[in-house]
Amino acid sequence: MHLKLRVWRQAGPTATGAFESYDMPEVSAEMSFLELIDELNEKLIEANKEPVAFDHDCREGICGSCSMMINGQAHGPSRGTATCQLFLRKFVDGSEITVEPWRAGAFPVIRDLSTDRTALDHIIESGGFISAPTGSAPDANLILVPKEVADAAMDAAACIGCGACVAACPNSAAQLFTAAKVAHLNLLPQGQPERWNRVQNMVDTMESYFGSCTNHGECEKACPKEISIDFIALLNKDYLKAQWKNRKLESQRG
Amino acid sequence: MPELTTEDDRAGADDASRLAREVGPPVPPSPRDKPFLVRFYGSAVGKKSVMALTGIMLLGFVLVHMIGNLKIYLGASHLNEYGEWLRMIGEPALPRTVFLWLLRIGLIGAFAFHIHSAYSLTRMNQRARPVKYQSHREYVAANFASRTMRWTGIIVGLFIIFHLADLTWGFANPDFVRGSVYANAIHSFSRVPVAIIYIVANIALGIHIFHGSWSMFQSLGLNNPRFNIWRRYFAVGFAALITVGNVSMPLMVVTGVVK
Amino acid sequence: MSPRSNISARFDTAPDPLDGRVPPGPIDSKWTDHKFDMRLVNPANKRKFEIIVVGSGLAGASAAASLGELGYKVTLLTFHDSPRRAHSIAAQGGINAAKNYKNDGDSVHRLFYDTVKGGDYRSREANVHRLAEVSVDIIDQCAAQGVPFAREYGGLLDNRSFGGAQVSRTFYARGQTGQQLLLGAYSALMRQVHLGSVKLYRRTEMLELVLHDGRATGVVARDLVTGEIRSFSGHAVVLATGGYGNVFYLSTNAKASNASATWRAHRKGALFANPCFTQIHPTCIPASDEFQSKLTLMSESLRNDGRVWVPKELDDTRTADLVPESERDYFLERRYPAFGNLVPRDVASRAIKREVDAGRGVGPIKNGVYLDFAESIERLGPKAVEERYSNLFEMYERITDENPQNTPMRIYPAVHYTMGGLWVDYDLMSNLPGLFVLGEANFSDHGANRLGASALMQGLADGYFVLPYTIGNYLAPLLGAAPVSTDDTVFAEAESTVRDEIKRYLSTNGTHSVDWFHRELGKIVWDNCGMARSTETLEKALTEIPPLREQFHNDVKVLGDNESMNQSLEKAGRVSDFLEFGELMCLDALHREESCGGHFRVEHQTEDGEALRDDENFAYAGAWEFNGVGAPPTLHKEPLEFENVHLAQRSYK
Ligand SMILES: Cc1cc2nc3c(=O)[nH]c(=O)nc-3n(C[C@H](O)[C@H](O)[C@H](O)COP(=O)(O)OP(=O)(O)OC[C@H]3O[C@@H](n4cnc5c(N)ncnc54)[C@H](O)[C@@H]3O)c2cc1C
Ligand code: HEM
Ligand code: HEM
Ligand code: SF4
Ligand code: F3S
Ligand code: FES
Repeated sequence: MHLKLRVWRQAGPTATGAFESYDMPEVSAEMSFLELIDELNEKLIEANKEPVAFDHDCREGICGSCSMMINGQAHGPSRGTATCQLFLRKFVDGSEITVEPWRAGAFPVIRDLSTDRTALDHIIESGGFISAPTGSAPDANLILVPKEVADAAMDAAACIGCGACVAACPNSAAQLFTAAKVAHLNLLPQGQPERWNRVQNMVDTMESYFGSCTNHGECEKACPKEISIDFIALLNKDYLKAQWKNRKLESQRG
Repeated sequence: MPELTTEDDRAGADDASRLAREVGPPVPPSPRDKPFLVRFYGSAVGKKSVMALTGIMLLGFVLVHMIGNLKIYLGASHLNEYGEWLRMIGEPALPRTVFLWLLRIGLIGAFAFHIHSAYSLTRMNQRARPVKYQSHREYVAANFASRTMRWTGIIVGLFIIFHLADLTWGFANPDFVRGSVYANAIHSFSRVPVAIIYIVANIALGIHIFHGSWSMFQSLGLNNPRFNIWRRYFAVGFAALITVGNVSMPLMVVTGVVK
Repeated sequence: MSPRSNISARFDTAPDPLDGRVPPGPIDSKWTDHKFDMRLVNPANKRKFEIIVVGSGLAGASAAASLGELGYKVTLLTFHDSPRRAHSIAAQGGINAAKNYKNDGDSVHRLFYDTVKGGDYRSREANVHRLAEVSVDIIDQCAAQGVPFAREYGGLLDNRSFGGAQVSRTFYARGQTGQQLLLGAYSALMRQVHLGSVKLYRRTEMLELVLHDGRATGVVARDLVTGEIRSFSGHAVVLATGGYGNVFYLSTNAKASNASATWRAHRKGALFANPCFTQIHPTCIPASDEFQSKLTLMSESLRNDGRVWVPKELDDTRTADLVPESERDYFLERRYPAFGNLVPRDVASRAIKREVDAGRGVGPIKNGVYLDFAESIERLGPKAVEERYSNLFEMYERITDENPQNTPMRIYPAVHYTMGGLWVDYDLMSNLPGLFVLGEANFSDHGANRLGASALMQGLADGYFVLPYTIGNYLAPLLGAAPVSTDDTVFAEAESTVRDEIKRYLSTNGTHSVDWFHRELGKIVWDNCGMARSTETLEKALTEIPPLREQFHNDVKVLGDNESMNQSLEKAGRVSDFLEFGELMCLDALHREESCGGHFRVEHQTEDGEALRDDENFAYAGAWEFNGVGAPPTLHKEPLEFENVHLAQRSYK
């Protein structure tokens, strides 16, 4: 098939960027989108132009590295699909595809399509864990977890940390990512002791980088793991409850 | 060196990276020193809960207000009686209009918080994406209502000021007579520009409610997969009810059906 | 000329055997006794030690977190933008542990036995036993961290069986076990980062190991965003940098996985053991064309419920549903009645290759065999099958546009895992004092073949439960010594080596891209050192690789500069190392005149085509010493003794 690409090129974090157009006259519909960029890069190198920088690694939709706005949608037009799992058969022959990096204040562009998503790690740092130092665990079967709970936790834990939710959200909110991480741990029995502090700290950290959620629901549609915005409701509820619970815990200390 | 977001020596780093760098790693534990309600309102999730709670109050008011106003179809005496009744609630335990004033204060407070949090969240969200997308966005879920909340909100806000000037204080209404609620309304709505203002504002309100009365469930964490679909039905129903009810009055008057 | 005499000029053999420093005593108390015998660092002194960990996969993240918890000052480097992206995230199937929760006769001893046997008797017994012992602790640890393992309705942990095992001992979290385990280790790690005990450097690639007085004392790394070259100094260096499967260009490994960290340590004197032990995974989606950048694995767990078959007729062009039951050959079940579809990977891979080579392949370019779920769907119902494999089915459908619920999947083997790696002793320390190697980067535990669900186990065993003890044994005598200053000449020299290399790539200004060279190398090694190897093919590879390497250094084209993100430059270093490493891998394969595990020499097979080991001459781990690019390396042999699992020809019939 024949495709035209309009790709955002930006030499560095402080450089001004612009779109550049490239013609890809002969590509196969069986190609993945990243293979299309690979092919473009081979052509660029041949023509002594610097290749397009972009993040990718597993190419199986699990590492969360790949990150592109394709025709105005995070990860492109296929639902529940990361960029690396998007195949060209989803596009119309002869069409023009515009590719842009994630845009959010907390995701500064490093180069071309590559952005710095460290802020998501900082949210985890502030509470996205269960404090269980190595060696201190009881036998695994001592902690019973109802199947439904394990399944729900797994639904949330499936998040790959790609940041598409932020990219897609009109407010650059990281609510879906944070909600998924919080729900994963807050649903499980192991996560209960730190539940209220966790949600408080993670939400506070999230808000120091990202926008606020006004329930557009765009994130859910962009999410390659189709994490449900129901988890956002859960996050909000836990945050509300945490105000009381933490106060109570603190007052117990006198 | 590798923390792009912590590097301060990156001369002329654009705004995009500055937002992140202001809050550099490692993340300090949240201080718990302020009174908790202040702290709570300080957070965006907290503000959203406040928006939802004040939103519910406003929804309640708008609904009751509409039901009361619909008496316009029953004729002048009904509507006037209703206006009078409003001022009498609580009597004789409370002096006349005290209860009404309590309601008004509550309403003013709700508006104030609703507007303040709307404003500060909007600012926060603008800061969160200093560099906009340079190509056309293709929205999938975000709808017209959700993306125009701040505009529909502003329209409703401006409308309320006009509306008070028109039907409560009267200085926007040349035929205003204090106490004759029915006549005031009929006079007002008979003027085409005023009727249009009312109609437009109430459609805006309907749009605002369409998203708001669904969104508030999410904000408050009222979520249960079994009932979630009803949240949508509720929002559609409520928005439709308010819009139809409120738009009908100026429409009927300006078209001369109700005189 | 016999093949053996032909290759003797290619390497030297060290006279003394290599000592794995395995502690004495009966196998099941070695580790316990050793833990007691090792020196300890007292808690207050731990913070005086600085440890550099390279790699944030299961092995690196779990090690860094555990060391941080103990109180060591840890520096963690990863070239990823977040530790959570490490290749470990992609593991699907599960993790083994000898919990015997299923009451089906599992035990530490059985897991040990299965692993030694599965590794075709080319692993060190004592290490494997320790692995089996700590496997139970891993599950406890991960469950406590909140890894959402699959559960029974009663709330207890669920297990399934996995290739090569007759008991159900595999724990799993849907089809994303690696992801969930890594997220567990990553969250523990981030907790330490938050507490300040681990300092994390993202997008930072280690490019040189630094030795001082023969001890590993630091690394030189490049910031992939700014190009800054920087030294890190510590009392010990831990490499957990994963495997080298990408030497084949097409593999199931993540695109960025590479051998540079281990190879550069090798160039500094660390022995590289058994590089020819590479594993081919039987259940990958067949390549569809030339432009393919990467192969996708379908978890082996699919073989639990799927049946492998090909049409009996040669060149059968009918679609699967038109081939009647009587004309299908369920060749794994037929040839290996006891294990059927669950035979170990190498056995399954070769059996599949044999069918495809014979012309019974299926699919548009006849390069696969069927993996059919029809029977399971009938037995368990479509819902149960869907529940077990939904995400794998989705992934398959996304790539191929076919739904495995209706049409059988097509599979073909692909390079997947590398058993070889830097040589380490029982304490996971390489022959260079102070250099520890964990996870897939080392050679231990899996011998010539890794059983399914054992890599995750090994990575976490090394990181959570082995290194935290053994590193103390090394560090204790160093108390009071400050780490070598990064101003020392050893660091300056290493930095300038790195700078020169970068300058060289940027100024070569040739005609072919880095990827082009990688693809060429991949073709050479896949064709000649892939699933089946012979003297002839290996000799061919050994004559083709050096000229390609030469060409690379004269003709590679790397545009851009060092001072900003430059992905071609990153790749150039990695491919350069692969071009050196590939040669050693082929040499190792050539010298090992036997077939064992993943290493199949066509000259050495039984009458019915099974691998034929030569225990008399090759029951050793072959660890290579670097003597210069292109110069013959020196082979050190660590003899392997089997006192507890008796040497026997592997049979899965
Ligand atoms: C598709 C697939 C499925 C699998 N499924 C299973 C399974 O079901 N069960 C099982 O047990 N095993 C499975 N495996 C194998 C298993 O995933 C790996 O062997 C294991 O995860 C390796 O972990 P690791 O920590 O050793 O290395 P990796 O996870 O590869 O981590 C390497 C780390 O080192 C870093 N690094 C490397 N070089 C450098 C450098 N020069 N400088 C800085 N950082 C560097 C990387 O950034 C990365 O963080 C699977 C493998 C694949 C490919
Ligand atoms: C001055 C006028 C107003 C302004 C500026 C305003 C603005 C906003 C904004 C910006 C939001 C956030 C959008 C979102 O969360 O999705 C919002 C939400 C909401 N508004 Fe208003 N609004 C106004 C008046 C009203 C009125 C009169 C009502 C009631 C009839 C109302 C009901 C709601 C509700 C229910 C929500 C949803 C709250 C939530 O999601 O938690 N608003 N408003
Ligand atoms: C077409 C629809 C409407 C009609 C016919 C109407 C009519 C009136 C009338 C007649 C009054 C004066 C009552 C009195 O003085 O006793 C009034 C007051 C008021 N109206 Fe409306 N109104 C309408 C819509 C709205 C809407 C949409 C809002 C807000 C979102 C609103 C907010 C108010 C407020 C705040 C007052 C003052 C109440 C008080 O101080 O007691 N009205 N309205
Ligand atoms: S919630 Fe979805 S979109 Fe957001 S980071 Fe996780 S996987 Fe990506
Ligand atoms: S799109 Fe944004 S507004 Fe909320 S529901 Fe999703 S985070
Ligand atoms: S490259 Fe890993 S998710 Fe796309």
